[in-house]
Amino acid sequence: MKNYDLVIIGGGPAGLAAAISAKESGIDSILILERDKELGGILNQCIHNGFGLHTFNEELTGPEYAARFIDRVLELGIEYKLNTMVMDITKDKKVTAMNREDGLFSIDAKSVILAMGCRERPRGALNIPGYRPAGIYSAGTAQRLVNIEGYMPGRKVVILGSGDIGLIMARRMTLEGAEVKVVAEIMPYSGGLKRNIVQCLDDFNIPLKLSHTVVDIEGKDRVSAVTIAKVDEHMKPIPGTEERYECDTLLLSVGLLPENELSRQSGVELSPIHRGPIVNDSLETSVPGIFACGNVLHVHDLVDFVSKEASQAGKSAALYIKNGEKENSISLPINAVDGVRYTVPEFIRPNDMEESVTVRFRVGGVFKKCAIATYFGDTLVSKKKRPIMAPGEMEQVVIKKSDLLNAGDIKDITIKIEEA
Amino acid sequence: MYDAAIIGAGVIGCAIARELSRYNVKACVIEREEDVCCGTSKANSAIIHAGFDAKPGSLKAKMNVRGSQMMEELSRELDFPYRRNGSLVVCTKDQDDKKLDALLEQGLKNGVKDLRILERNELIKMEPNLSDDVVKALFAPTGAIVCPFNMTIAFAENACDNGIEFFLNTNVEKIEKDGENFLISTNRNTIETKTIINAAGVYADSINNMINTHKYHITARRGEYNLLDKVAGNHVDKTIFQLPSKMGKGVLVTPTVHGNLLVGPTAEDIDNKEGVNTTLNGLGSLKQTSSLSVKDVPFREVITAFAGLRAHEDGGDFVLGESDECKGLFNALGIESPGLSSAPAIGEFIAKEVSNKLNLELDPSFNGTRKGILNPNTLSIEERNELIKKHPEYGTIICRCESISEGEILDSIHRTLGARSLDAIKRRTRAGMGRCQSGFCSPRTMEILEREIPMSAFDVTKSGHGSKLIFGYNKRV
Repeated sequence: MKNYDLVIIGGGPAGLAAAISAKESGIDSILILERDKELGGILNQCIHNGFGLHTFNEELTGPEYAARFIDRVLELGIEYKLNTMVMDITKDKKVTAMNREDGLFSIDAKSVILAMGCRERPRGALNIPGYRPAGIYSAGTAQRLVNIEGYMPGRKVVILGSGDIGLIMARRMTLEGAEVKVVAEIMPYSGGLKRNIVQCLDDFNIPLKLSHTVVDIEGKDRVSAVTIAKVDEHMKPIPGTEERYECDTLLLSVGLLPENELSRQSGVELSPIHRGPIVNDSLETSVPGIFACGNVLHVHDLVDFVSKEASQAGKSAALYIKNGEKENSISLPINAVDGVRYTVPEFIRPNDMEESVTVRFRVGGVFKKCAIATYFGDTLVSKKKRPIMAPGEMEQVVIKKSDLLNAGDIKDITIKIEEA
Repeated sequence: MYDAAIIGAGVIGCAIARELSRYNVKACVIEREEDVCCGTSKANSAIIHAGFDAKPGSLKAKMNVRGSQMMEELSRELDFPYRRNGSLVVCTKDQDDKKLDALLEQGLKNGVKDLRILERNELIKMEPNLSDDVVKALFAPTGAIVCPFNMTIAFAENACDNGIEFFLNTNVEKIEKDGENFLISTNRNTIETKTIINAAGVYADSINNMINTHKYHITARRGEYNLLDKVAGNHVDKTIFQLPSKMGKGVLVTPTVHGNLLVGPTAEDIDNKEGVNTTLNGLGSLKQTSSLSVKDVPFREVITAFAGLRAHEDGGDFVLGESDECKGLFNALGIESPGLSSAPAIGEFIAKEVSNKLNLELDPSFNGTRKGILNPNTLSIEERNELIKKHPEYGTIICRCESISEGEILDSIHRTLGARSLDAIKRRTRAGMGRCQSGFCSPRTMEILEREIPMSAFDVTKSGHGSKLIFGYNKRV
C-alpha cells in the first residue's frame, strides 16, 4: 500500500487543472489515475476548435487545449498512471485501482479529488421505441470512431438531440461525406450553444426540428429508417405529425450524466438535480477531504469553466491537506428557485470562503430580457440583466466574502430569475 | 447420417442438445442466427417460476415444477448465475383474494413446495416498496431468477464439448421425408438425419407444418420490458407478480441475477414473427401497470428497453414429444412461459424419448460440468493479482460500467462456440450491458474482435448478418 497526499481520479481537463493547482499550492505528493491510454480525457477526440477562448484568448482544438495542461503537469513532475481503473474509494479515502502492471492495488490518500467526467445518456434513458439494430450510436461514440479510429459509422444520418456533441457531429459527419438529414430536438429550444447551431447546422443547411422526437426505429440488422414526430407541451408525440427518414444511422445527443458511481461508493451525497456531489464553496463534498470538479460535479458548457473550477478544487484540497478540516464552520445554503435549476456550490461558508466565489448554474427554460437576482436572506443584493438565457448555456453569479460578512445574521442565500 | 438434428439453438434446443450429449449419438443443432440464444431465450423475464401458475396435469405444470427442482444443481454443474429469491403474487384491496387461495391450491396440486399466503404487515417487512394498495400475497420461496443468456450458452457449450455439432448462420429452407429418414435443406448444406427435434421457437409451427399432416399454429405474443440501472436493483428483492385482473395479466417487477431491476412484460399478439421492436404504447404502459404492485419504481434509471416474442400455440399447452402422424419428428413447440423454467425438464424428456426411439447407449465419456467465464470479482485480492501477473489482460478494464476486463472478453471469444459479434460478447461477459449501453466500450471491443479472430474492422457486426458497425474509412463512404 502506497500513500499519497492527494489522489486525483481522472486525467481529463478537470483532473489536470486540479493537479497543477494543488502542486502550485505546495503539495508535492500527488497521483493522477487515468483509465484511458493517455491524459487529456474526452478533449482528445474533440478535434474541432473553439476551446480556450476564455482561458487563453485563443481558439484551440481539444487536443491543443489538453496539451497545454499536460505539458504543465509533465513540467511540474506530477505523477500519473495510465490505463488504470479505479475500482473503489472509501469514506476514509482509501483508493483501490487496477492495471496490467500493478494488478489490484490500494492507496491511502489524505485528500481525493473526483474528476471522472460524465457519460452520454443512452437510448434506453429516453425509452425510444423501435428495433435495436446496428447503427444507433451516441454522438460521442461516433466522434471517437471518426476522429480517433478514422472510421465512418454511417452514410445517411438522423440525429436526435441538439446537445453540443450532436451539433458538432452533424458538421463532422457532413465534412467526412455523410448526409445528415435532420436534427430533432424534443425540447422547444436547443440544448447546445448558440454558436454551434450557427456553425454546425445553419452553415450546412441541416434542418433543426424543435419539439420533435424519434417515435420509431426500423431495421433488423442495420438501421433502415427513423420516424420523428412533433410533440405537444407534455412532450407526447402528436399523431399525424410523423415524418419518416430513410437512413442507416441514428446519432443520439440527448444529454450527459455525471459519472458518480465511485462517488456513491465513497458515501458522497449527490444532488438529484445535477446528479453530481453536493459541495460547498471549496468544492468539498459531504465527505471531508473529498472534493469534486468538472463534469463529474455538474455538466459544463465550456471546458474553460471546468479548468477554472478544477483549479479551485486543487487549491482547496491543498489547504485541507495542510490544515485539516475546518471545525464548526458556518455554512449558508443557496436556494435555487424561480427558473434556477440548481447551483454549484450549494453551500457557502462566509468565514472560511475565498475573497469571492463563483456560483455556477443552469436555468430551466428560455428566459428573454430577464435578470438574475441574488438575495442574502430577504434582501436583494444584486440584479444582473440578461437579454437571453437558455438551458444550454451555464450562468454564473460572483459572491464576495466582504458582502456576505456585512450582510449580518442571514440564514440563506437565494438565486432566482426575475423580470428585468 | 445424423441420429438427430435439433432445429433452433434457443434455451430449449440447447437444453435438449446437452441432455442428448449424454448418449453415444451423432447429432447437430441448426440455428439461423450467428449465435445461440438469439430469439425468445434472450428477451424474457429471466425468472424460474415456482410452478403454481399452470393448470394441474398440463405439460406446462409438469415441466415447470421439474425444471424448477433441477435448476439449482444444474446452475452449479454448468456454472451459470441463479438465485432463489422467492416470488410474491400480490393482491390489491379492490381484488378478489379468493383468487390467491385458488392459486395456492393449484400450486399444491402441481407439487410446489412451501407456498403460503402472507398478510400486509408481514409483506411490508419483506418488501417495503410494495404498493400501498397491496393487502395480501401468495409467497413462493422456490421462485428464482437466472441469467437466461448464460444458461442457454452453458447448455450449448457443454453439448458442444460432448460432441454435438452446431451449424450457426444456417437457415432451414426445406425438409423432405426420405423413407424412414429426413433430408433438411439449408442455405448452407443438406443434412440427412434419422430424427428431427423441432425447437424453433415462434417458427416451430412452420417447421412442423413442412412435414407433418398434424398442423400447428403459433402466435407471436410480444412482451416489452424496461431494464433499470443497478442503483435501482434493490427496489424489490423478490419477483413481484400481479394477480390477473380485468385489466390483463399485469407486469412483474423483479431484480435480475446481475443486480438490475426488470419491469415487464406487456402482452400483445402480433402478426410479425420478427417484430421484436418496442412501441410507444407498450413502453408507455409499464409505469402505470407496475405501480399497481410496486410503488416508486425509479423509471428515470431506465438504461434500456427490449421486446421478446412468446410462442403461443393455439392449444395453450406445450406440445412435447414424437408426433403420432410424423414418426421421427419430435416437437418441443408452443414453448411460451414457463419455458425458461421448464427447459431442463424438456431437455431431459425429449432426450429420453429420442434415445428410446434410437436405442442410444449412454456415453461413458460424457462430462456434465462446464466452467463459465471467470468472474474476477469473485476472487480475493491475492488471487486476482496472481491472475493478472499470469494474464495481464485481466488487469485492463474494457467495459467500465460492468467492470469487465479484456481477459474475460478474450475468454468469451476463444472458448467453445466463441463469440463473433458485440452482442455475443455482451451476452457472455456483460461488456456493454451496463448503464452507458456500450457507448465507451464498443470501439474497444470491436478492436479486440478485429485482432483476435482476426477479421477486418469493416466486418465486425453487432449481431451477425448485415448488422455491420462501420462503413469504411473517413471520406470514403
